[in-house]
Amino acid sequence: MWKFFHQMASPPYFYRLAATLIPWFAIPGLILIAYGAYAGLFLVSMDYQQGDAFRIIYVHVPSAYLSMMAYMMMAVGGGIGLIWRLKLAHAVGAAAAPLGAAFTFLALVTGSIWGRPMWGTWWEWGDPRLTSELILLFLYFGYMALRSSIDDTAKADKASAVLALVGVVNVVIVHFSVEWWSSLHQGQTVFKKGTMDADMRIPLFAMLIGFSLIFGAMVLRRLRTEVLFRERRTRWVRELVLSPEGGK
Amino acid sequence: MEALAMGGYGAYVWSCFGLAFIVTVVIEWRGRVRHNEIYRDIEVRIKALEERE
Amino acid sequence: MDSSNLQQPGIFAGLLAIIRRDLLLAWKRPGDVLNPLFFFAMVCTLFPLAVGPSAEQLTFSGPGVLWVAALLSTLLSLNSLFMSDYEDGSLDQMLVSPQPLPVLALGKTIAHWLISGFPLVLISPLLAMTYRMPSAVMGILMLTLLLGTISLSLLGSIGAALTVGLHRGTALLSLLILPLAMPILLLGANTVSLAAANDVYGTGIWALGAYAIASISLAPYATAAALRISNE
Repeated sequence: MWKFFHQMASPPYFYRLAATLIPWFAIPGLILIAYGAYAGLFLVSMDYQQGDAFRIIYVHVPSAYLSMMAYMMMAVGGGIGLIWRLKLAHAVGAAAAPLGAAFTFLALVTGSIWGRPMWGTWWEWGDPRLTSELILLFLYFGYMALRSSIDDTAKADKASAVLALVGVVNVVIVHFSVEWWSSLHQGQTVFKKGTMDADMRIPLFAMLIGFSLIFGAMVLRRLRTEVLFRERRTRWVRELVLSPEGGK
Repeated sequence: MEALAMGGYGAYVWSCFGLAFIVTVVIEWRGRVRHNEIYRDIEVRIKALEERE
Repeated sequence: MDSSNLQQPGIFAGLLAIIRRDLLLAWKRPGDVLNPLFFFAMVCTLFPLAVGPSAEQLTFSGPGVLWVAALLSTLLSLNSLFMSDYEDGSLDQMLVSPQPLPVLALGKTIAHWLISGFPLVLISPLLAMTYRMPSAVMGILMLTLLLGTISLSLLGSIGAALTVGLHRGTALLSLLILPLAMPILLLGANTVSLAAANDVYGTGIWALGAYAIASISLAPYATAAALRISNE
């Protein structure tokens, strides 16, 4: 078991392994998304209260979920990197951050667009989830800004790992405090999640799992790039580049 | 055609799905571009070193 | 007492020593105390100028404005927490000191709070009066600011430690700390608003107190780790 982790942490091994793993994540993911989107858009009957606008849920919820999952990966990766000093773990943070930020942005925009027909406004400060998501976007920007402002890779890794870990605690706190605040200034602002019929839920799960899988594929791909860049002066990269099939 | 109208909410629903598609494609594409650039830089440097030897 | 026995100062003595040192240094630079105060006052002046001085608007927005002003003022002053020690090499001394680094970090942060956070609490009633805040509410305001600025200074010290010596560190510091500071702002300002509306405000006070205690116990470790990382 430990041998597996030891091997995994070896950059050249990981570089090759990731290349073979990516299609196993990407293809099932895309299939699930294709099904989920089709079913969500055309098959599921429309919601009683929100009409067809509720279908936005099929992209909004996966985006919001990914925005959180990416941050968890950054924090866990940073923690593992700090404790066990695994460079690969730190690279996960660097790879996942831009993806997480993109999905946070997507969650915010889809949330805003969904809000327009529901609340009549493009932005509603009173909605706790929207506000918390915005703060999460700031956290991502802070993380990426810190990483890019420290030149030394090892130092940048460790500093951003500390930031990500402190940020994880903050994400939880922000969620609860914004919810409390929004309950003080009550309006008809909260998305009525309510109960969903089974046939509404299945495409949602398909989208959630599908997006998670392609997210995994994208992280693996960017991780390969990170590894390649960080190891660009090593012998194994040199041999990889010179070898007949190349190393892309 | 009623699929496009989405009971009047067509613009909202399709813009969301469209945006999701665009964002996913763009980040994947940017990722690949970056990977290829880095690879090419390394390749050029290594090949230059090889020639010198 | 054997005079040749080298007595290692205890942790508490070390804490007091560094607080004393920083306070003495600040004594020589009164600007360290006055600048955040003036900034605080100026921000409080900006709002009525921008949105008009109507009485009910002032009373309504008072808690929020005062809290935002205190937050911004603390944020700006945090940049200098480790800056001068970094520049003159004292920070390196602290890193190799036999005193545990978290203790030194806590000491510096306490001193920093005494210099730039606590004065805000003291001057807040004066500014609150200009916002027509009733005196009962002023007491709550001071309490929330007291607890809040403590938490802000401690959380801010983590950010300051991460960005010390970085090019354009101030902007980055603000970007890093603001998300951390938002729950505190939320709790503080809204608790005062609740008090002003004669509503139940106890939860907010407890939450702020818990935040302060948690920050005092945990933030120094993160700050120490961050100091080591940015100075290796």
